[in-house]
Amino acid sequence: MKIHEYQAKRLFAEIGIPVPEGRLAHTPDEAAQAAQELGPPVAVKAQVLVGGRGKAGGIKLAASVSEAEDRAAEILGMEIKGLPVRSVLVERTADIRSELYLSIALDRASRAPLLLGSAMGGVDIEEVARTRPEAIERVPIDPEFGLRPYTAWAALRRMLGDPDLTRQAVRIAGKLYSLFMDLDSSLVEINPLIVTGEGQVMALDAKVNLDDNALHRHPQLDALRDLDAEDPRERDAKANDLSFVALEGEIGCIVNGAGLAMATMDMVKHAGGRPANFLDVGGSSRPEKVLHAMRIILADPQVRVILLNIFGGITRCDDIAQGLIAARTELGVRVPIVARLTGTNEQEGRALLRSVGLESAETMEEAVRTAVRVAEGGVA
Amino acid sequence: MAILVNKDTKVCVQGITGRDGSFHSHRMAEYGTHIVGGTRPGKGGAEHEGFPVFDTVAEAKAAGANSSVIYVPVAGAVDAMYESIEASMDLIVCVTEGIPANDMVRVVASLRGRASRLVGPNCPGVITPGVASVGIIPGRIAIPGRVGIVSRSGTLTYEVIHALTRLGIGQSTCVGIGGDQVPGMSFLDVLELFRDDPDTDLVVLIGEIGGSDEQIAARYIAQELGKPAVAFVAGQTAPPGKRMGHAGAIISGGEGTAAEKIAAFQAAGVPVGESPGQVAELVRARLRLPEGSGTA
Repeated sequence: MKIHEYQAKRLFAEIGIPVPEGRLAHTPDEAAQAAQELGPPVAVKAQVLVGGRGKAGGIKLAASVSEAEDRAAEILGMEIKGLPVRSVLVERTADIRSELYLSIALDRASRAPLLLGSAMGGVDIEEVARTRPEAIERVPIDPEFGLRPYTAWAALRRMLGDPDLTRQAVRIAGKLYSLFMDLDSSLVEINPLIVTGEGQVMALDAKVNLDDNALHRHPQLDALRDLDAEDPRERDAKANDLSFVALEGEIGCIVNGAGLAMATMDMVKHAGGRPANFLDVGGSSRPEKVLHAMRIILADPQVRVILLNIFGGITRCDDIAQGLIAARTELGVRVPIVARLTGTNEQEGRALLRSVGLESAETMEEAVRTAVRVAEGGVA
Repeated sequence: MAILVNKDTKVCVQGITGRDGSFHSHRMAEYGTHIVGGTRPGKGGAEHEGFPVFDTVAEAKAAGANSSVIYVPVAGAVDAMYESIEASMDLIVCVTEGIPANDMVRVVASLRGRASRLVGPNCPGVITPGVASVGIIPGRIAIPGRVGIVSRSGTLTYEVIHALTRLGIGQSTCVGIGGDQVPGMSFLDVLELFRDDPDTDLVVLIGEIGGSDEQIAARYIAQELGKPAVAFVAGQTAPPGKRMGHAGAIISGGEGTAAEKIAAFQAAGVPVGESPGQVAELVRARLRLPEGSGTA
């Protein structure tokens, strides 16, 4: 789960990572009020859960209270990458001497957290990583020791030079690591981390991503969820333990396992069709999950056929078949269903489907070809 | 010999009285796997559907178990892994999904200096066809042979096993390492075992988008494996979004797309199939088997 910059900065401020003083505003009036309290000049920053806000015109400077009101009015009317801007963060501007980059994320390769830093912070850090990999500092963190002052000292000294600035940055890195572990974060990122004219190291931006698998341990963070930023069908799916991503096509896919679901989508495309969605019913499927999956997919009027591809392991084919039959009765399914059931309890599952007049394909290739043909107006 | 699971594997099922634990204990036993019993704290000394029940893994070990498989619900799964690690089980397979990544960072760190091998979490487990199965891979689809499989996916692994079996090509051992961000064994760990296994002639690697494990594996195959390999990468048409902000992209040295991974395999001389069926065809071609025959 992603949270907004203003929420991440509140988390930073609570543990003592310096951030500019700021106020959240939902209307141009509130933005003017905030600018008044902070004293211009101020920065007016769109609060949306996508990257590239600055390039999209979502961050503007205002030299006066009335300018802050005007800039807020412009930004609050914007959509950035399809997401409406519903609030802005009004912040006191800082005197920026240099911009750096600092983050902590999990490194799959070492299966441990990794501190990343660069003296070349700012919007184009990915470009830096690609073209000048030597400009990125990488400090692996041993979880048994944690991130201690000595862990990050050498790398941060190379980035900052001055010992006092390094000391400040080391303190920030340590706090960032505590936040990362304590909140079960998957990414904490400061871009840019700035050095001010007064010699203070400060987080000018803040990004905190949270591990969905750990949110149950942090109800106070779950409350920060921005429902606007989520597709309502994806939210519905999540509430029912399904993993779902809406796409543009006509073939509704219900598959067990993320890898098989992606492979099914790939094969639909290779066969000339277009998947309407990614949907993983997960393991240990209760029949109700298939019912919810069908309901969510059928809410899309573009869907012309449902392709059910199940290879049972922990998922039992008879559970899936029962769910499918219940869905047909309860939802009045308006499109053809192409089913492929194999694996655990496949005989029972196929017999159940046969009892309502549905045949099951032998292989995934066969099921995909049939579904593509049906979507193009052919018959199953 | 195969890898990880053999005829001497003796299994303790953690969470044997649950719906999944109970169901799959029967499936594993039917396949010929030696099930010593299972754990359910508080029910030690009882029997569950014919299987002895223990309070702790240490007690199951005293009764002869040397491997564990975990079907415990997510709230208790981390403790279950620690329990088997402290009991020094040789192989620990964690089927449970939904475990926080930072918990796994600590679990993986606790394995250092120990001989236990952890497969998973969020994985289908390990099967050595015709010998034993630890996890949830349906035994019916596999046949004994000389092709090793390692995969980040669950059901996609079954698909590839099934496709090989349909061509009569048997498998030495199939290992599902799970799709989580912090797995116990990595592609590399499993490839090292296959390299040293005299019963494996070729390795099929099944990857997916995200991270750079496939690229690392491709380099290892080119330089160290000493055996042919065939790969599959799921997610060629997946929309972007599986990346973790800037830091994720920087760590993987790119975006972790299917295209990058396929290019890495091709650069390492590893052919990449477009479907499970095509993977099986590529294996047959690499092994120079005539159509309609296999190593089974």
